[in-house]
Amino acid sequence: MSLRSPLAKVLGLGSAGDGTAHWWAQRVTAVAMVILGVWFALSLPGLDLTDRESVASWVAAPLNSVLLILLIAVGAYHSQLGTRVVIEDYSRGWAKVTGLIAVQFIHVVLAGAGILAVVRVGTGG
Amino acid sequence: MAEFRLPENSRIKPGRKFAAVDGAANVRKFIVYRYEPDSGENPRTDTYEVDMDRCGPMVLDALIKIKNEIDPTLTFRRSCREGICGSCAMNIDGTNTLACTKATDEVSGDVKIYPLPHMPVVKDLVPDLTNFYAQYASIKPWLQSRTPAPPDQERLQSREDQLKINEPSACILCACCSTSCPSYWWNGDRYLGPAALLAAYRWIVDTRDEATGDRLDDLEDPFRLYRCHTIMNCTRTCPKGLNPAKAIAETKKLLAERRH
Repeated sequence: MSLRSPLAKVLGLGSAGDGTAHWWAQRVTAVAMVILGVWFALSLPGLDLTDRESVASWVAAPLNSVLLILLIAVGAYHSQLGTRVVIEDYSRGWAKVTGLIAVQFIHVVLAGAGILAVVRVGTGG
Repeated sequence: MAEFRLPENSRIKPGRKFAAVDGAANVRKFIVYRYEPDSGENPRTDTYEVDMDRCGPMVLDALIKIKNEIDPTLTFRRSCREGICGSCAMNIDGTNTLACTKATDEVSGDVKIYPLPHMPVVKDLVPDLTNFYAQYASIKPWLQSRTPAPPDQERLQSREDQLKINEPSACILCACCSTSCPSYWWNGDRYLGPAALLAAYRWIVDTRDEATGDRLDDLEDPFRLYRCHTIMNCTRTCPKGLNPAKAIAETKKLLAERRH
């Protein structure tokens, strides 16, 4: 049983002075995802996904390469921001710390793999 | 982990049934959550049949009738019975609202009444709001100003400035909004909840207040403010028709504005 006052419990460790940058980044990346997502969705119908050569040449076009890499990087960053919040919402203690570290590692690895795939396909690898 | 099931000793079991008096023609069933912590028993739901021809129109009227005429052990808070004190906030027909302003006719079928969700229960329909009130106190809900008040008159405010605080000032702290918020359910120890944040906003936009920056500093926290995920339950459930979600969004905009 704690004899701490209710107000002391609420005040806790004080304000972190943080959160706005995360909130802003979520919005900015969401806007970017809408633009990149629309571009990607509009591009797909024009591609013959059964023909590797034509897809590779589409990926190799400079604008497409840049936008694809941006789509992967921004998507991974946006997803990392969101899943971090989910972990903060529902987990406590070591599960939270481990989850937060794991989520960041997983997203970096996924983004790295995705970007490498674009570079390799684009360069004929 | 957050708990998604009630603990074993909080699971609700069926309770007693109280039949209507003989000859009652217009009977409604009220299924009411009952919990007596001293008994060591699990919570239960008692069913009361009420003769609506001899009962006022509001759910609170029925509860008072049940307490006066059927079961005096039923415990609930009530005071003004006109929607201004916030005492009789409870969960009726699945929605947090005030029993005194909720008409029984608005509910179809049996009237199910539970205490405000996810709060410790003192007894029956009485939740423990200690943490809720401490959160309200934490936002310093009073005017803070370094400029002394004029010696011969009150601090003046324009009509436009008063309009900014009219709505947030109308909050009666019934706790319907905070206890409807899933984010508050999971993180009510660190997230201030919509009621406290609406109160904080009321002082942030008060043009007579000179602690705006300090107030924003206190709120700038991933949990205190940013656990709000714009779920909007708060605005939907507010029995006074207020919009805490908008106040929270406006606070976030002010925090972004001072950074850019």
